[in-house]
Amino acid sequence: MDEPAGSPEIGDSREAFERLAREQLPRLYSLARRLTSEGAEDLVQECLLRAYRSFDTLAEPQAGGSWLQSILVNAFRDRLRKESRTVQEVAVEEVDDFSLYRTIAEEDPFPYSDTLHLDFLHAFGKEDVREVLLRLPDIYRAPLVLRYMQGFATKEIARLLDAPLGTILARLHRGRKLFERELWAYAEEMGMLHKGAAP
Amino acid sequence: MSEGHRIIPCSDAVRQLWDYLDRTLSPEDQARVEGHLAFCRKCCGELEFAKELQAFLVSNSADEIPPHVKARLERFVDEL
Repeated sequence: MDEPAGSPEIGDSREAFERLAREQLPRLYSLARRLTSEGAEDLVQECLLRAYRSFDTLAEPQAGGSWLQSILVNAFRDRLRKESRTVQEVAVEEVDDFSLYRTIAEEDPFPYSDTLHLDFLHAFGKEDVREVLLRLPDIYRAPLVLRYMQGFATKEIARLLDAPLGTILARLHRGRKLFERELWAYAEEMGMLHKGAAP
Repeated sequence: MSEGHRIIPCSDAVRQLWDYLDRTLSPEDQARVEGHLAFCRKCCGELEFAKELQAFLVSNSADEIPPHVKARLERFVDEL
């Protein structure tokens, strides 16, 4: 680290940062892989770099994990801006009518199952879920991941993504619907359903 | 006056289920969804599935970091 040597305080700070960073690497990497299809490791590095530069602003060490995750989300948001991607809004009427619950009940993908809906979900492994998430446009995937996988409050997500709360709530709504629709589509494409299976 | 204005159809209730679980609805809408769930068994099934989907997302939120990636990132921390 490029800092003056010899100061015990700085040495302690460096040790504390290293400890926190190493401890949080798995969580940061998991989050990065769910936010982005490519460059997860690079995103974690960007996060660590920013965190190291501003480590003295971390007031409460016990909040270090959330603090690092927030920095990673900021880096992700900045990356999206830099790439100047067009916002891919999905019309609400395009997804609003889809109900995964109803589709599973009607299509009956696991004949004779007593726990049809749960069986459907249990057919997905973690990589399958990631693949489905990555099918969603960034603007819907990010709030969904932050709210339902990382447990951020909607107000906090609005702050992190620098968007009005109403926009985040609307994107969460569409994101959930898109996720449901893509879960079904993915299961069909990957042959995970046993429709029409012989008794 | 009847309380019919408080009754909402299944389509409205289902559309608001996740927001209902998140408690991001207005108190009036929260009460309307709750009122609907009190008598609609089908929507209670939708509600249970919404809870299962939320738990499904949580359970798929983390995975193992590959050792070679972990080693690279640890080296990155060392070199900062």
